Amino acid sequence: MTTGAETPRKARPRPPGRGVPLALLAPALVGLAFLLVPLLALLLRAPWRSLPEQLTSPEVWEALRLSLFCATAATALSLVVGVPLAWLLARTDFPGRGLLRALVTLPLVLPPVVGGVALLLALGRNGVVGQWLDAWFGVTLPFTTAGVVLAETFVAMPFLVISVEGTLRAADPRFEEAAATLGASRFTAFRRVTLPLIAPGIAAGAVLAWARALGEFGATITFAGNFPGRTQTMPLAVYLALQNDPAAAIALSLVLLAVSIAVLAGLRDRWMRTV
Amino acid sequence: MPKHPETLPGPAGAMPGPGSGPGPEGLDARLVVDRGSFHLDVALTAAPGDVVALLGPNGAGKTTALRALAGLAPLTAGHLRLDGADLHRTPPESRPVGVVFQDYLLFPHLTALDNVAFGPRCRGAGKAEARARAAAWLDRMGLSEHAGARPRHLSGGQAQRVALARALATHPRLLLLDEPLAALDARTRLEVRARLRRHLAAFEAVAVLVTHDPLDAMVLADRLVVVERGRIVQEGTPSDIARHPRTEYIAQLVGLNLYRGQGDGHTVRLDAGPAVSTTEDLSGPVFVAFPPGAVTLHRDRPTGSSARNLWRCAVAGLETHGDQIRAELTGELSLAADLTTVAAAELDLHPGAPVWAAVKATQTHAYPA
Repeated sequence: MTTGAETPRKARPRPPGRGVPLALLAPALVGLAFLLVPLLALLLRAPWRSLPEQLTSPEVWEALRLSLFCATAATALSLVVGVPLAWLLARTDFPGRGLLRALVTLPLVLPPVVGGVALLLALGRNGVVGQWLDAWFGVTLPFTTAGVVLAETFVAMPFLVISVEGTLRAADPRFEEAAATLGASRFTAFRRVTLPLIAPGIAAGAVLAWARALGEFGATITFAGNFPGRTQTMPLAVYLALQNDPAAAIALSLVLLAVSIAVLAGLRDRWMRTV
Repeated sequence: MPKHPETLPGPAGAMPGPGSGPGPEGLDARLVVDRGSFHLDVALTAAPGDVVALLGPNGAGKTTALRALAGLAPLTAGHLRLDGADLHRTPPESRPVGVVFQDYLLFPHLTALDNVAFGPRCRGAGKAEARARAAAWLDRMGLSEHAGARPRHLSGGQAQRVALARALATHPRLLLLDEPLAALDARTRLEVRARLRRHLAAFEAVAVLVTHDPLDAMVLADRLVVVERGRIVQEGTPSDIARHPRTEYIAQLVGLNLYRGQGDGHTVRLDAGPAVSTTEDLSGPVFVAFPPGAVTLHRDRPTGSSARNLWRCAVAGLETHGDQIRAELTGELSLAADLTTVAAAELDLHPGAPVWAAVKATQTHAYPA
């Protein structure tokens, strides 16, 4: 996966007589093994021979297609509302901004199942907002593909907001001032100056949100259910397959692992650069 | 734009009173900004074609004044009129004001051409028209071959010209320049300063520049406004200010020894202690100034000097300025003296060395405080 520019590994000169103490080395190796062995097991037990067949089965294909579509839609939705939200948090000052910021980040730490329950109570057929959507527009969101997108957006958008807000804070606000002296309204300055300047941060946030949406399980199954072809995304399919067709579950897991590694590789310049 | 001839040889620092404003044309402002312990209160007037320099030490409030003019910092009180229009409550994007920022703030993701075209685009020009106007401006700045370059590929001098073109492309009625030469190295500076001077001379509206460099101010501006601690301490043509500095800061800037004292005929009793004989006949509070080059140094007390001011001093420090040495003296009077390296060697000057400093009365200049 790393066909791009590889950074040469430099052997760091070590001062003599200063080895790594065993008390740190031993638990570090245990931790490393704990993280790597499951991934290794996945590769070792993969049904490599039947893999092409597994991956081309219509069920897998359907789940993968649905997953990719929903994660992408959720990312797009997050971009449309999340970037302006990040701008609001980074560039304006109003009472309660700190609290609002904390609330925005809440889904990051909230158990996704709780998010799903909350979504049901808000957008369900009898939910706080959902009853009106149903009565006025005949729109029902739970247990639909749109519901999947919403559940994933709920969980993934905070990643985007936090990433973009951080980039905005690091960007020099005086460029916006320069734009203002040239006649640009605040929105024009945002669109033509700030947005291009923070594009890398937005891209990174979008990838992060997309990956999170792709793996989303708890909120999705709670709010959207598990209907093949409609709301059954890859993680749900993996979970279901594990009950009756473990080989299929492993094959699906491999696909998700590959996607994760690809995301990591795409972001390595940003987050994997060691100090 | 006519460079002001020395029209004000009279009493020092004649401040234009409120009545001498430029009428409806040009800039008429009183900028009051309160920010915590910092208080700025500066009145500025200028006619179209004027180039005014706000000169002052760091932290004097010059940049705050500039930001207030641009609308980037709110006024606490005062007024701001440009060509008769009240801009006090106008947001920055609606003011006919162009700004050249200290580090230029060229948009890094746009080419030089698109940077310059940005203003015209925002002010309603179509894409093609804006680019054509930008190309014309770059051409005027001698930058046609760099139109497609991103800011990071431009030299400091080129970036400065792009920034100037970008500010001018919106046809501002007020051009603001914040330390326009500070980001340049010494060699580029000389060339860019001469070029900027030509562009400012050709600019038909009001230009206000902020600098802490007196040379930049004197070369570029027709009128200097010296700001210290948020207030105007002196205002006038460069030559006027050079000859009649009113604060120690200005005297140091223009290389003068400056003292305050009480005049009594041809003698001024300095607040710092000794008396100085002068040619002027003044009474009451006065300033006395003389250039470091007018000071002569002697190892032994000179004899038979008439109408000569003589002080016993000690060398506090020596600095080389070209083939000259500037000696900082302390003692009866603190002063700076310029002498040649040969003379310094003959006098055996070194820090701590005792010397006699003499200044002829005809070399001093006294004026009312």
